[in-house]
Amino acid sequence: MKYKSVFDIIGPVMIGPSSSHTAGAARIGRVARHLFGRKPKYANISFYGSFAKTYRGHGTDVAIVGGILDFDTFDTRIVNALTIAKEEGIAIKMTEEDAVTDHPNTAKIVLGDDQGQLELVGISIGGGKIEITELNGFELKLSGNHPALLVVHNDRYGAIAGVANILAKYQINIGHMEVSRKEKGEEALMVIEVDQNIDQSILDELEGLPIVQQVVKIHE
Amino acid sequence: MFRNVAELVKLAESKGCKISDIMIEQEMEVTGRSREEILAQMDKNLKVMEDAVERGITEDVKSHSGLTGGDAKLLQAYMKSGKSLSGELMMDAVSKAMATNEVNAAMGTICATPTAGSAGVVPGVLFALREKLNPTREQMLAFLFTSGAFGFVVANNASISGAAGGCQAEVGSATGMAAAAVVELAGGTPSQCAEAMAIALKNMLGLVCDPVAGLVEVPCVKRNAMGASNAIVAADMALAGIKSRIPCDEVIDAMFKIGQNMPSALRETAEGGLAATPTGRKLAEKIFGMPLKAQEENR
Repeated sequence: MKYKSVFDIIGPVMIGPSSSHTAGAARIGRVARHLFGRKPKYANISFYGSFAKTYRGHGTDVAIVGGILDFDTFDTRIVNALTIAKEEGIAIKMTEEDAVTDHPNTAKIVLGDDQGQLELVGISIGGGKIEITELNGFELKLSGNHPALLVVHNDRYGAIAGVANILAKYQINIGHMEVSRKEKGEEALMVIEVDQNIDQSILDELEGLPIVQQVVKIHE
Repeated sequence: MFRNVAELVKLAESKGCKISDIMIEQEMEVTGRSREEILAQMDKNLKVMEDAVERGITEDVKSHSGLTGGDAKLLQAYMKSGKSLSGELMMDAVSKAMATNEVNAAMGTICATPTAGSAGVVPGVLFALREKLNPTREQMLAFLFTSGAFGFVVANNASISGAAGGCQAEVGSATGMAAAAVVELAGGTPSQCAEAMAIALKNMLGLVCDPVAGLVEVPCVKRNAMGASNAIVAADMALAGIKSRIPCDEVIDAMFKIGQNMPSALRETAEGGLAATPTGRKLAEKIFGMPLKAQEENR
């Protein structure tokens, strides 16, 4: 089931005017910011489907930039997000795409600076609820409702067991888990939703595994 | 966990409790949070709704585009003049629904129920009934949990997104949710709640999402008004003992299938319906200083 909580229906508390096009967009932007882990120098945003047709009317542009600035759905600073981004030195580029996507409310965000770049595709499925469907070319399904670990690793036996063993050692329960890869034997991505936030020391330990390349966490 | 309305009603009946109790219990199970925490969060949402209604009926709210704002106030004044034909409760519900959506259109703070575009129906009906039935705070929270329970079924089995299913998925869902919650608040049974939801949603089937200039204003604000009135009428019908010939779950399924068959122009793209009327297009040009790309293509 896509919707798990009554507050997915009676909620979120948000700045208008649209739960999917404003609140959902802000949430997609915020997940991108959290995964990137720092303030980006630039943000290239592509809108598809209904997002592309109506983003100005719905404030999707200010909302998604608000999210990239780490504002929550009810943060009134969203209204001035474009100005704030400019003041903070983030170069924003927005594109309306014609391509037909699986979901009508789709946005692609590329965040970057001198150190690196992150590419994320998110969909807004209604009522402010979102899913992240692509990250740096990996297909995935991430709701952003729970704390989660994203582990980039080599597509080889023992990777899942290695990560799971460390989590078990610290009594961390896995609520949902997904593994995807670009090609057999190449780079792969593990998405692990957990019940509590995870300490940096555990992330370091995970990153110490020879099979693991990178570990990122996102908070609830 | 209930997956559809039939299961929801059966659960409530077998336990001899209300729909709202089932929703609260499920929320406790799914999130592991206590009853107090869950009620406290809903109370916060209720406060946001209350503030938005109050703002909309007392302040001069105006959206950035200038298309909406001030109508809720007009209706309150008319209601108080005593000349209203449809009665005070109806006018109060309708004006409070519009109040919420006017605040929403002005980028004010609201609580999505189930979406922002349809955020007026549930609180509009609730705060009008507060005047008539004098519910306790806990009963008002129960109203929101019952609304949430029915919305939960729609969201998981159909859609609550205008871009995916048209306005029937947004204002339609909100109307069904509110109708069911009214029945519970007025002392009806769980199965009567389901009948009210079915009757209300049936009358919203096929409603398209055609916002002028892509803004959540025209016709959204007035559709919330009609949703609120529809919800109260449907609730009265169910409380009178009228049943829907088509069971609630099948109405929800019909809504989903109609949404899938709806052309993209009528699903929140501002390319069809009222958005594509001569006046709709003119308004869009005036607001944005140039025609939307979609409108050029349609010419």
